[in-house]
Amino acid sequence: MDRFERQYILPGFGPASQQKLRKTSVLIIGAGGLGCPALLYLSAAGIGKIGIIDGDVVSLSNLNRQVLFGKEDLGKNKAETAAKIIQKKYNDIEVEAFPYFLTKENILGIIQNYDLIIDGSDNFHTRYLVNDACLIAGKPLVFGAIYQHEGQVAIFNAKGPHSINYRDLYPIPPSAREVPNCNETGVLGVLPGIIGTWMAAECIKYLTGYGNSLEDKMLFYDLQNHNSYQVQLAKNQDSNQSRPKNHSELQEMDYQDFCGLSAQTDWEAALSLLKNANHSVLVDVRELGEQPELDDIDHLQIALADLPNSRSQLASFQNILLFCQSGSRSLKAVDMLKSQFPDKNIQSVEGGILRYLFD
Amino acid sequence: MKLLAFGKIAEIIGKQEIEIENFPNTDILVGYLQQQYPALKDLKFSIAIDKKQVNGNISIATGAEVALLPPFSGG
Repeated sequence: MDRFERQYILPGFGPASQQKLRKTSVLIIGAGGLGCPALLYLSAAGIGKIGIIDGDVVSLSNLNRQVLFGKEDLGKNKAETAAKIIQKKYNDIEVEAFPYFLTKENILGIIQNYDLIIDGSDNFHTRYLVNDACLIAGKPLVFGAIYQHEGQVAIFNAKGPHSINYRDLYPIPPSAREVPNCNETGVLGVLPGIIGTWMAAECIKYLTGYGNSLEDKMLFYDLQNHNSYQVQLAKNQDSNQSRPKNHSELQEMDYQDFCGLSAQTDWEAALSLLKNANHSVLVDVRELGEQPELDDIDHLQIALADLPNSRSQLASFQNILLFCQSGSRSLKAVDMLKSQFPDKNIQSVEGGILRYLFD
Repeated sequence: MKLLAFGKIAEIIGKQEIEIENFPNTDILVGYLQQQYPALKDLKFSIAIDKKQVNGNISIATGAEVALLPPFSGG
């Protein structure tokens, strides 16, 4: 007997399916609310090799839903911590950690070593990047996402270019400001628990042919009333419009910009965001004491050089607006902060304080 | 016809399910909804008729069930 005996004896599954799982590798993108339950069940089910990519560190507000982690993990990288926990539980599978964020530069090199990709990320620009890269590399993609008390699950690119991909549903990306994520609107931990577990189930079903998978379908679920709704998806001729078709076209994409997260904004838009959007902050990135001072709007003062150490100060904000004297240091600051917080909306205010005061 | 709404669209409309008069096609239906609920103009969504995704302007049979499907990003 081994730890998979209950799966062998399940009618319609059997040792042959178990053998398929054993020989398969799966990459989980994001060890967050969706990634944690998916990882727990896929490793328990005996997937032969599991990769986990996440550049984020565990924070206190993650613990209601990212159930692999506890208080002793605060501040530690999620991918490495998750990999350690899983490897300790099961020494008969291979676990690989990628302790950094997925980018257009690294994605193709990573996914080529895996048979199936699971997207448990938490922002649109990563979701489009993952979708496009899976199409280029010919990898099936198990997709899951949540909003407040609802979730959606699908399998994209199951059989190559004739299959449905995310762009068939949404050829034009919504802007990040249009649809807030869990950091902004809140979520009960059990919802990503359910959706992430469904993602693991779809992964197992797709790999073994057990039951009917969500290939080219999307399943919606509502935690409040247990309503579910399954849609047959359809190819959309608009989906290829701005989709990169190969490695070099992918490198030319600016996914943040594509998803409406341009690096710059003007004072009017910045002030409106500060007034209307929750979790927004304005930051002066000039050195302390630089003149003129901004004295009529609440803001933080973090000099450019101190930004790499300002993680705890900024972690709770979703919209981070940066200004300096005339807008060039704050643009540099955007790049620095985006590498730390790829899921946040971070913008430099054009023209800096000089434009605010004198235009 | 029956209209189903998910995510932020249901928040804007105020309900997940409403009965409305029949509309001949999806463009006219969306135009009507955007007029009734201007906040919908800022949202991207996909449309399904009787549980099948449709693209472009598609005619709606009397009594059909139309669903508005917004993207979610959270994880």
